[in-house]
Amino acid sequence: MEKTWNNKAWFMVLPVLVLVAFSAVIPLMTVVNYSVQDTFGNNEFFWAGTDWYVQVLTSDRFWDALTRNLIFSAIILAIEIPLGIIIALNMPKKGLGVPVCLVLMALPLLIPWNVVGTIWQVFGRVDIGLLGRTLEGMGINYNYVQNPVAAWVTLIVMDVWHWTSLVVLLCYAGLVSIPDAYYQAAKIDGASRWSVFRYIQLPKMKRVLLIAFLLRFMDSFMIYTEPFVVTGGGPGNSTTFLSIDLVKTAIGQFDLGPAAALSIIYFLIILLLSWIFYTVMTTSDAQG
Amino acid sequence: MQTQPLTERLSWLVPTIYIVFLLLPIYWLVNMSFKETSEILSTFSLWPQNPTLRNYQVIFTDPSWYNGYINSIIYVVMNTVISVTAALPAAYAFSRYRFLGDKHLFFWLLTNRMAPPAVFALPFFQLYSAFGLIDTHIAVALAHCLFNVPLAVWILEGFMSGVPKEIDETAYIDGYSFPRFFVKIFMPLIASGIGVAAFFCFMFSWVELLLARTLTTTDAKPIAATMTRTVSASGLDWGVLAAAGVLTIIPGALVIYFVRNYIAKGFALGRV
Repeated sequence: MEKTWNNKAWFMVLPVLVLVAFSAVIPLMTVVNYSVQDTFGNNEFFWAGTDWYVQVLTSDRFWDALTRNLIFSAIILAIEIPLGIIIALNMPKKGLGVPVCLVLMALPLLIPWNVVGTIWQVFGRVDIGLLGRTLEGMGINYNYVQNPVAAWVTLIVMDVWHWTSLVVLLCYAGLVSIPDAYYQAAKIDGASRWSVFRYIQLPKMKRVLLIAFLLRFMDSFMIYTEPFVVTGGGPGNSTTFLSIDLVKTAIGQFDLGPAAALSIIYFLIILLLSWIFYTVMTTSDAQG
Repeated sequence: MQTQPLTERLSWLVPTIYIVFLLLPIYWLVNMSFKETSEILSTFSLWPQNPTLRNYQVIFTDPSWYNGYINSIIYVVMNTVISVTAALPAAYAFSRYRFLGDKHLFFWLLTNRMAPPAVFALPFFQLYSAFGLIDTHIAVALAHCLFNVPLAVWILEGFMSGVPKEIDETAYIDGYSFPRFFVKIFMPLIASGIGVAAFFCFMFSWVELLLARTLTTTDAKPIAATMTRTVSASGLDWGVLAAAGVLTIIPGALVIYFVRNYIAKGFALGRV
């Protein structure tokens, strides 16, 4: 659509700006402020320069948490995106099945995150949980409280349970927007199931897939509540992700300087990666 | 009628298996919520042997429990109203006009959706303390604007771009003032967009806990935070915990049911 040049439009954006400035800019400036200062208490602060950044960037704790976070996000994306596509492709296209599927699938998305944690904590427990009991009965050593592998598996299955539906809903919306004429043309050409997917459905879903990818990456990289409830970052440090580490530093130990520096670094990583995805997304948009 | 290949006829199996996988853990929670805690710990059964409503009774008779639900609903509704109201004119500006720095502003708004709430927990606490807003519903509602306002602008902008500009121009020629045009003509046209935006604001505000818990102590404490209270001297009261969990699922389920047609349509018309 042709847009007119009108700087008065700023007045319409003003309410949003004021809101976001209050809820984002001021707090962010506080964080920046802390990250370059040190204190001995009594609200007396003095300049500390980049000390905290150096301290965070040279600590093993930061790199370990970052590695765990990246591995977690990679596994999540590798499972949820293909699974979401497969389910969306097999969803009913019309009839009573559609609202039933949509409502049931959207259900996990609207459960408060700590309740998701509680559900899986209960479900996975060896003494009272269905999953834990069943696996134990099958002779598999599964105890997410003590076994790091079991803890990781639990978190990954939980995230797949929680968020695959978002990918499904997005892909499904992309699929239903394809006109029937495309499929008829493919049928006349005698296209195989695979080529229909490769040349019609996949290109049409490209945009939604990128949105799904971006949202899932950002959210899995920021994951806090669910692992906090289920494992509390343990056993040991095996499921301590960046945000768990951050809250431990900031609120548990009240180390404002390192926590603030960690916040800024963390935010910059997400910003950088998201900017890369965003650029890829918009340039591929322009091409086709 | 051509016979369909086997893979097509069996395609209903995939969503069915997925839905069973989704519902199993929820079923387990519902199952537990109808059991006494002693039964949960002593016997293992797929359904309650002695179904009881005691757990729900505890929640509905204890103000510190049911107030949690009321608090959550108050700040979620406040946040949804604030976010959508503020986002409407901004989304209109982004969809209709070009102005100084518009693209940068749009990306900057989106970056706030990417900000990890963990980063903001501590500064929020200090900021709202300074304004004396700690433990009020409006504090949580404003804090959730951090990620909901950008999202609402993003969704609404997509819907508004789908409305042809000629409609605006015709209305002006007919003598409509801008506010009257916006409320009387434009808003009904993007009603489903407003519905979708409100749904997402509701959803993300309802499920968020970290900020909500940091900013409240007693008077505005959300239900999700109240749930951590079940750890008492006598150990965890699993039955009540499960019942509270089940009750947090219900408002979400109701909201999905009412907007189910908008979800598919909204995704298709909006940003997608």
